[in-house]
Amino acid sequence: MTDIFSSDQSISSSLPDSKEVDAELQQFLLIERERAKIQAQIHEFSDICWDKCMDKPGNKLDSRTETCLANCVDRFIDVSLLIANRFSQMVQKNSGNF
Amino acid sequence: MMFNDSLISNSDTRSLSSSQKEELIENVKQQIAIANAQELITKMSEKCFKKCILKPGASLDNSEQKCVAMCMDRYLETWNLVSKSYQIRIQHEKDRN
Repeated sequence: MTDIFSSDQSISSSLPDSKEVDAELQQFLLIERERAKIQAQIHEFSDICWDKCMDKPGNKLDSRTETCLANCVDRFIDVSLLIANRFSQMVQKNSGNF
Repeated sequence: MMFNDSLISNSDTRSLSSSQKEELIENVKQQIAIANAQELITKMSEKCFKKCILKPGASLDNSEQKCVAMCMDRYLETWNLVSKSYQIRIQHEKDRN
């Protein structure tokens, strides 16, 4: 979850050398890979927030549920950022030992 | 992930013609769309079974079927709303930096 927002470094390093691959294709794959990551993240959020926010499915999403879903996404991201930050502080304090 | 590296590293892609390249791109796009739809179907089945089938009977009764249909619509709405919220958040984080 450390790469909720972006991870350009890991993407470019995991693709083959640019000399081997057509630049246009490489660009296309970079974009699609990033898009797929975001989409996977959306699936995960939907899963988690559906369980948190959805009661009995009705004729439409009521505004309370809509607010809950939007908050759920934002708070989940807050939590994962908080945990990532705190974890890295813990690691630094213990100089690499948990 | 869907982008199997063998797809691009096993053959020299510099030798692809532009129509071959187009075909490859279309192919990849299509595979991504299929994977996405499959993921959605899996999730919806799981979620809507949980919500709508409290005690599995001898068949899917009418009210269960209605519930599943409604649940599916709501799940898709949820997905779209979550997607929107996430994109907004991504934009916010980008603006902050």
